[in-house]
Amino acid sequence: MVISNKPLQFIIAILIACLPIVGLANNPTEHTPAHTETTAVAHEASGEPKDEKSEIKEKIDEKKAHHVLDAHEFSLFEDEETGVHYGFPLPIILWDNGVQIFSSSKFNHGESVAESNGNYYKLGHNEKIYKTDAAGTMTGDEHHPTNPQVLDFSITKSVFSMMVVALLMFLLFSGLAKSYAKNGSIAAGAGRFFEPIVLYVRDEIAIPNIGEKHYKRYMSFLLTVFFFIWFLNIFGLTPLGINVTGNIAITAGLAIITFLITTFTANKNYWGHIFWMPGVPTPMKIILAPIELLGIFIKPFALMIRLYANMIAGHIVVMSLLALIFIFNNIGMSIFSLLLTFIISVIEILVAALQAYIFTMLAALYFGSAVEEHHHEEAHH
Amino acid sequence: MEKLWEDFGFGLFFWNAIIFVGLIFLLKKFAWKPILDAVNEREEGIKNALLSADNARKEMQNLQSDNQRILQEARLERDALLKDARDMKEKMVADAKNEAQAQGQKMIEQAKAAIESEKNAAVAELKLQVSTLSLQIAEKLLKDELSNKEAQVKLVEKMLGDAKLN
Repeated sequence: MVISNKPLQFIIAILIACLPIVGLANNPTEHTPAHTETTAVAHEASGEPKDEKSEIKEKIDEKKAHHVLDAHEFSLFEDEETGVHYGFPLPIILWDNGVQIFSSSKFNHGESVAESNGNYYKLGHNEKIYKTDAAGTMTGDEHHPTNPQVLDFSITKSVFSMMVVALLMFLLFSGLAKSYAKNGSIAAGAGRFFEPIVLYVRDEIAIPNIGEKHYKRYMSFLLTVFFFIWFLNIFGLTPLGINVTGNIAITAGLAIITFLITTFTANKNYWGHIFWMPGVPTPMKIILAPIELLGIFIKPFALMIRLYANMIAGHIVVMSLLALIFIFNNIGMSIFSLLLTFIISVIEILVAALQAYIFTMLAALYFGSAVEEHHHEEAHH
Repeated sequence: MEKLWEDFGFGLFFWNAIIFVGLIFLLKKFAWKPILDAVNEREEGIKNALLSADNARKEMQNLQSDNQRILQEARLERDALLKDARDMKEKMVADAKNEAQAQGQKMIEQAKAAIESEKNAAVAELKLQVSTLSLQIAEKLLKDELSNKEAQVKLVEKMLGDAKLN
């Protein structure tokens, strides 16, 4: 009985695939502080003295919520006592009666109103930029202002990180490409480490799923998306504290590109399988068509959600575990928390590679189904 | 879901698309294509090298077996030659012996014949000599006898007398 050609790999893959479920199971603990937060806010509003623990919890929650969002400045860490932020500002680019460009330092970490060409902007708590007046009046409640929003094309922390990763990838792989000519077809330099991975993507992902005939067309996308996701995931694990692949806009972008490539390279056979499934009775064909049609949108949607949920869950779990130190505030719990965080971080390294692999693998699978030749009926072995 | 949508940064989406698509095309031109080409080329090279090494080995094996075969053949040929030579030698010796024997026999025959003929001649000579001598003796005797008349008459008388008796 053969379940899989690579049983061990398969089992490990399933185990790892189940990890996010464990991660999600931790979410209720994450939700409870949210409730306490609202109660804390309520306490504050009613003028009662806040107890220290709920204040810490509130702060942790805010940090967590803030971390998983994009940011308009690259902040490494901050000293709350003195209010000094360590990091560097990033350019803000707004589309509001023409292009408005200024440095994010003008926001003074969300505390000041930024002025540009007579327009006034304020940074909301949800990292959105709102149009305001010189005094910085905000309407609506603190977390959901009703001020008009502007189109924000700022080079945010995530965009900046993407640019760094893109540059790194370009230097790394163009260096690898050049080393072949210089070194007699043998890889040299730092890129050398990645050559087996490039070959792995080609031999284990692209060729088996797409087929020997068509795989070359998709190699550039598959390799780029694999390394892009992987590198960004790994960067997300560093203390730089970026969370790019755990952002729905990023995963949506990658999924939409995958969807567009699948749709525009699909052959007649692919559309035939969607709208008029061969080999089933006509009534079934009519029932299957809308399901299949829905399927072509669900596939990239699943890609988007899977990557987003996995990465954000990892970040939240790590942060929640670290937050235990501040909540319990004793040495034993701190050691336990650090140990647990270490273990989860190690797993996250694996998840970082695995999610990149899964995204690439599924994209290749979709491309494979788009270019599959018509051979079901005649080529039964 | 609402929070998801709220967190969706359009600017981020825009930049992601630009950077990612740009990266695909840049890397395609400067990295993936040369890398995959180089790797393909190398793989082809390795495949060819292995193939030619295999061929060379086979050829070598063929050569070796050829050599073995040729050596074997040479050895057989040498053996055959030696055998032939030995055979020839034996045959020559045998032939020579036979011929010598035949020659000897023939010579003996001739000698025998010569001896015989010599002997016959000698006998004939002897006979001739004897007959001549006999005749001479007889002649002498007869001369002597015939010179003695009385004895002759007596003899004739005697013979006649014998004849009467008959």
